Amino acid sequence: MNIISSRDRVGIIGIGQSEFRARRDDASYPDLVREAVVLAMADAKLDFDAIEGVVYSLSPDAMVGIGNAERLGVDAVGGRSKRFLRINTGGATGISSVTAAYYHIASGACDVVLTAGADKVGECGDSQTVLNKIWDPTYERQLPLGTINMLAMSAVRYMKMYGMTEEDMARVTVKNRKQAALNPRAHLRKIVSIDDVMSSRIISWPLKLLDCCPQSSGGAAMVLASEQYIHDNKLDAVWITGLATVAETYWMGDRMGADPTAEHADAHALARSFQRSYKMAGITDPAKQVHVAELYAPFSNTEYHSIDAAALCKKGESIAMMRNGEFELGGRIPVNTSGGTLCTNAIAVTAMARVAETALQVWGRAGAHQVNGAKLGIASGNGGDHQIFGTMVLEA
Amino acid sequence: MELMSRQETWNITYTHALGETASYFYVQLRDNAKIFGRRCAKSGKVLVPPRAFSDETLQPTTEWVEVGPGGKIEAFTMVYEQFNNLPPPPYAFGYVLLDGADTAIGGYFKGVDLADPAKAAEKLAIGTRVMTKFAEKRTGDVLDFWFELA
Repeated sequence: MNIISSRDRVGIIGIGQSEFRARRDDASYPDLVREAVVLAMADAKLDFDAIEGVVYSLSPDAMVGIGNAERLGVDAVGGRSKRFLRINTGGATGISSVTAAYYHIASGACDVVLTAGADKVGECGDSQTVLNKIWDPTYERQLPLGTINMLAMSAVRYMKMYGMTEEDMARVTVKNRKQAALNPRAHLRKIVSIDDVMSSRIISWPLKLLDCCPQSSGGAAMVLASEQYIHDNKLDAVWITGLATVAETYWMGDRMGADPTAEHADAHALARSFQRSYKMAGITDPAKQVHVAELYAPFSNTEYHSIDAAALCKKGESIAMMRNGEFELGGRIPVNTSGGTLCTNAIAVTAMARVAETALQVWGRAGAHQVNGAKLGIASGNGGDHQIFGTMVLEA
Repeated sequence: MELMSRQETWNITYTHALGETASYFYVQLRDNAKIFGRRCAKSGKVLVPPRAFSDETLQPTTEWVEVGPGGKIEAFTMVYEQFNNLPPPPYAFGYVLLDGADTAIGGYFKGVDLADPAKAAEKLAIGTRVMTKFAEKRTGDVLDFWFELA
């Protein structure tokens, strides 16, 4: 029997998030990455020499308009002579990057790893043009497919299956904006009413302007370390106790019909990813055990199927629970207390911000949007055509 | 201080090879105004648009099956916003399960008045029967066909 108990967990020891705005004309792309790294290193209270590897968080190059922008990023993250890896899983990139950082440590290869990135979506005049290019050029690109109308079609199916209304969608925006107003880093912080959402212009029915995330610019970084290192150096940390990734078929049309491989209304693969994360963390009843959730939901409707997928309720029950205020700050399981993706979306780091915000919550450092007594939280990221997912369980 | 910016446009040309499976599909569409799917012998499912292999069974598909022209709406949206380099709004498009197919294919919905979004959404409700319409002059492209209410 070991005298010293096993110290094989991976902890988060530093978090840096820039302010997120439509444009950051004061900072070039590498400047913005650097800003997040400096914040994370200051938070970790570590000398930079301690960093053994860097996982670089960067989604489609065309969004920042720099081919292989990780080249410019190497200097911004202090990556010279260190292990270096770029991750791109679209919207899931940020959580995939934290996952890759986790495995660098869990494998025993490193004790301390930095993950960082930034995006400047506000500089891209054609983000839906860029996102149209993620569709197959053979059969589908000719259609005006984009992430907005793809998830509008998910909304239409969710409405039919579970009775979600346009007002139910608006309710998510109202909740998240109210919470973003408490988060100084959030991009859209103006409180809005259901009427404001309902009367905003239609983008892709049933999605209206205020049902949609903004195009944000900003950076994020996190420092992860082994439990042994954290113990030896007497550092403060919160722990990643469960994590998983799951991919789904490319074909949206296969997620429909009489016998779909997955239902486009639901977030089928996200649910599977959460199941894996919960199993690893030993969580048997998420609806009772989860205190706080940051779920990647760039459009109001997608918060419902994400809550369902996280098993915080049975499928479709999220609608009634949202009406009852159960997912608000002060409610039973607060969701997206930071304002979430709906209020801030700098794509390359959006899913990292979900992990970062959950970490701050279980750490008790979330500030004005802190959930009292939160000790166990979950985070998720969705990428591609609702196709590639990552999930985590974080504990104090 | 004065903050400067630089504008840049990317304009890149690609010539994508479509491969044997999609080439057959597009030749049939262009020359005969017919839509074909591929059946997976193991699952029995007819995949539309046709693919050389099934992502479920990971087996090569083995048989061409003509599908449609009738079908039912599985998903739709009406777009009212202009996006750069995408078509002028408003337009409606979505996915249709063609008769004989097991997976849905994307296309425009035409002939529906989009002036009132709520009324248009009722007309395009999931489950609504549609008919495939073919352009008179076909080039061998997805835009050679669209759907109209049956």
